[in-house]
Amino acid sequence: MSLYTAHINVMPLTELLDPQGKAVNDSLHKLGFQAIQGIRIGKHITLQIEAASAEEAKQVAEDACKKLLYNAVMEQYEIVIS
Amino acid sequence: MKFGVVIFPGSNCDRDMIDALRNDMQQEVVELWHKDSSLPNFSKEDCVVLPGGFSYGDYLRCGAIASQSPIMQAIKEHANNGGKVLGVCNGFQILCESGLLPGALLMNDTQKFECKNVFLKKQSSTAPITKTIKDAVLQIPIAHGEGRYQADDAIIAQLKANDQILFTYCDADGSVSNVTNPNGTIDYIAGICNAGKNVFGMMPHPERATNAILGNIDGTQIFESLILN
Repeated sequence: MSLYTAHINVMPLTELLDPQGKAVNDSLHKLGFQAIQGIRIGKHITLQIEAASAEEAKQVAEDACKKLLYNAVMEQYEIVIS
Repeated sequence: MKFGVVIFPGSNCDRDMIDALRNDMQQEVVELWHKDSSLPNFSKEDCVVLPGGFSYGDYLRCGAIASQSPIMQAIKEHANNGGKVLGVCNGFQILCESGLLPGALLMNDTQKFECKNVFLKKQSSTAPITKTIKDAVLQIPIAHGEGRYQADDAIIAQLKANDQILFTYCDADGSVSNVTNPNGTIDYIAGICNAGKNVFGMMPHPERATNAILGNIDGTQIFESLILN
């Protein structure tokens, strides 16, 4: 068994309005960052997982996402194992 | 019929709900703790209430962690047996996160916590909680940062086809316009119920409008309908 780290990015679905991103975008424009055309804000979650293989660790992370860590109505996620 | 009000860590409308039901509506009320694993002598005529607040500090997503509380398994069984469940504000969010109601509540498009009186139009003529409401328009307070109801087109169509939309936001005269949408919710939806019409979720707070001393008793019509039907 080895200890793996799952890096999970949970992002709001692209077709849905992200009010937090919009507010931060407006704030950055006030600071002069006119080149920034859009911001979307999500979550980065890391899990320490004890597993026999990277594949098994990824499966644990997938199950955790589906059961609790993301909500399919509003978000999407991606997992990278290291 | 009795009511059971669930208290989660971070609930802050539980006392208001208990007071409104017990003292204003003259109902038997039991207090339930989130760690309870069963509902004491609850029949399908009884109603579990999930109050507003910030359960578990709104960590991860509003209602996500509360939806995994021990008592939620007993509440799911109660609901699946036809027992009544009402979720207000954070309670509505918990019901969506638990899968007892479809969809989810997203951050308001106004980018603000909206705390004000709004007008609601009664929509469902078949749901127990709206069936016998007399007035077409009720004034009820809202207080939320995440009240933008979101569901895919198929679910919205199903809600409409089955008369599952309880309330929509409206003007004082009952007309729906862009001005009155306080949070960007789809089709001005303020509350819905499940297909079985025994699980109800709404963002506005009827328990804050049940006593003349507060200047508004429109909320009593909602509870009266729920009790009567």
